[in-house]
Amino acid sequence: MNFLFILAGFLALVGALGLLVARQPVHQVLAVLLNFCGLAMLYLGLSSEFMAVIQLIVYAGAVMILFLFVIALLTTRTDPIERKEDRLPWQRVAGISVGGAVLLMLALVGLLRPAGAPSLAALPADFGSVKLFGHELLTTHLLPFELLAFILMVAVVGVVILVGRQKA
Amino acid sequence: MPLASLNEYIALAAILFSLGGIGVLIRRSPLTVLMAVELMWNAANLLFVSFARMHGNMDGNVMAFLVITVAAAEVAIGLALIVLLFRKKDHADVDDLHELKN
Repeated sequence: MNFLFILAGFLALVGALGLLVARQPVHQVLAVLLNFCGLAMLYLGLSSEFMAVIQLIVYAGAVMILFLFVIALLTTRTDPIERKEDRLPWQRVAGISVGGAVLLMLALVGLLRPAGAPSLAALPADFGSVKLFGHELLTTHLLPFELLAFILMVAVVGVVILVGRQKA
Repeated sequence: MPLASLNEYIALAAILFSLGGIGVLIRRSPLTVLMAVELMWNAANLLFVSFARMHGNMDGNVMAFLVITVAAAEVAIGLALIVLLFRKKDHADVDDLHELKN
């Protein structure tokens, strides 16, 4: 295990934990940004440079800025969004134990791999390059690409229908 | 050279996915729940990229790219719903949303 892997994994874990414990919405967004930066470092370590750049531009740049806009617009009042009292008792204990069970199952699946399973292989020279990525996206995976364009259009139309029609 | 073995990447993705799931379950602000769902998408993406690196072809990277785009669309719709929610109610705690319950 390399020092860089430990550092990037640590950043990702600290970001995820920060989302769980932070009270202020802006602090939560910063924690998630830390998580995304750690994941971008991990993608670089997996020689997927294009994915690292996309992670930073689309996720850290666009999606989290969208979150920040909504937080800045909506949570200007001082009282917290979450009420103090729990309507659902034992929610915290139940949530953490269910999450722990999921973690246990996934860890068992991940760690108990069969003997002789392939490990990280030698790479073709242009793995991770934008050229190969674009070629794969626009030839082999053309149908998902077109469906994706349709999904994005549906999202835009849906957002406009949901919030755009109020004459405020 | 890869930084770590495949199992370590899988374990890290499992931990991140579980932390996102715990966030969905224990936090009651809709914004936080949406961000925790983003963490879960990202854990799945880390697995896609790791397995693409293992097999040495780009299919996993393309799939992770598609996941990122779908997640962006999901965030747009989800934030629009949250904006409507904040306009309609003065408390947006997810426990208070029971209009669909009859």
